[in-house]
Amino acid sequence: MISKTINLTLKVWRQNRSDKIGRLETYPAKDISVDMSFLEMLDVVNEDLTRQKKEPIAFDHDCREGICGMCGAVVNGRAHGHEKETTLCQLHMRHFSDGDTIVIEPWRARAFPLIKDLVVDRSALDKVIAAGGYISVNAGGAPDANSLPISRDVAEKAFNAAACIGCGACVAACPNASAMLFVSAKVSHLAALPQGKPEAARRAMAMVRQMDACGFGNCSNETECEAECPKGISIIEIARLNREYFKSEFA
Amino acid sequence: MNWFIEMLRSSIGKKLMMAITGLAFILFLLIHLIGNLTLYGGKELFLSYVDHLHALGPLIRVAEIGLLTFAIIHVSTGLILFWQNLQARPVRYQVDKRAGGRTIGSATMPYTGVLILGFVVVHLLNFHFIDHTQQTVFQAVDATFAMLPYVVFYTVAVIVVAIHVSHGFWSLFQTIGANHIKYMPAIKGLGVIISLLVAAGFGFIPVYVSFIM
Ligand code: SF4
Ligand code: FES
Repeated sequence: MISKTINLTLKVWRQNRSDKIGRLETYPAKDISVDMSFLEMLDVVNEDLTRQKKEPIAFDHDCREGICGMCGAVVNGRAHGHEKETTLCQLHMRHFSDGDTIVIEPWRARAFPLIKDLVVDRSALDKVIAAGGYISVNAGGAPDANSLPISRDVAEKAFNAAACIGCGACVAACPNASAMLFVSAKVSHLAALPQGKPEAARRAMAMVRQMDACGFGNCSNETECEAECPKGISIIEIARLNREYFKSEFA
Repeated sequence: MNWFIEMLRSSIGKKLMMAITGLAFILFLLIHLIGNLTLYGGKELFLSYVDHLHALGPLIRVAEIGLLTFAIIHVSTGLILFWQNLQARPVRYQVDKRAGGRTIGSATMPYTGVLILGFVVVHLLNFHFIDHTQQTVFQAVDATFAMLPYVVFYTVAVIVVAIHVSHGFWSLFQTIGANHIKYMPAIKGLGVIISLLVAAGFGFIPVYVSFIM
């Protein structure tokens, strides 16, 4: 069965690290199967560019199944494109129409310096994790079932927050380039569980301080992050982070 | 004390200051509105309200100083946040679309904030910093709203206030950590009701004084 194909015009941000300023370059994307993912479409365009002895478009990717958090670009002004709760690698071309023009830009934030084209340096998020997003005690091997009872509600809470894949779309989508959704997901995930509770307060303080030091913006409850997050992380996590933070400061 | 300053300087600390001072202003706004409703009862009722208020003497002073301090905190923190947030994204997007989170209120907070500051200054010049030995507050109200530009200005200004409150109200609850699936819809609903009350309650006064009274 031959699937439907479409023709598109891409406007892609091109910039080398040495360039002071990048620019949008226009490329045709011809005969794109609607069954392809967005990244596969970029692969096709890159093959074309390589054949023409031009520099292919640099973009980040790894698992291509929506679980690793490596991919991501702003597509027509929307982080990971316009589909809800979808990473760029899981965004399929059937959501576009023949003749569309697609503008593709990298995540934009002072805390995410550009490396090349669509690739940005997101190590600021790693720095925030290194500041406290872990449990210090050695948890040992897998415990016997039910030796540490955790109610379903609590497990759900922790799972919801743990769904964050650290892609940085929340920062990209936030009008203030704030990383609060990411940080709150990590803080609430660990604070919900007995293993993470003892350090919850210290963790919140350390991670918030690091987040501020990395140059992210301040959250003003615009809620664009939760609307764009591919994993559906809710701003309820941010309220929880605020509570943990106040607890750490005032208690 | 050091830890406290450090806390307030953090991003969440600044949010907390905006939330607490903002809550105080919303409470003030509601009390102010209840007082102003006496205007609908006519000159006598309004003037007796003004007398009762001024009879509180030192309490009024304390409230004024409190409000002024809060205003300084709210405005200066707001300006710092605005500036820092602009800097957090040095290169803007060529195409920037909303995903459905932003509202008119949230997107315009800094701008409506500055407009409100301007409005408060004019408002105080109109009714507070006047020679109270020469005229009653009622006469000042009557004279001001006899001028059509003032009627328009005040009506537009309270709509701006309502837009600011429409984001500020639910947002302050989120900031202090009070976001729960059970209660947030009610908090958001209350925010809309308060915004509409402010717009309608204050907004109709100039029109009433000028055209109906
Ligand atoms: S909170 Fe969502 S948008 Fe932000 S990093 Fe995690 S998965 Fe990505
Ligand atoms: S490539 Fe792993 S989430 Fe998209």
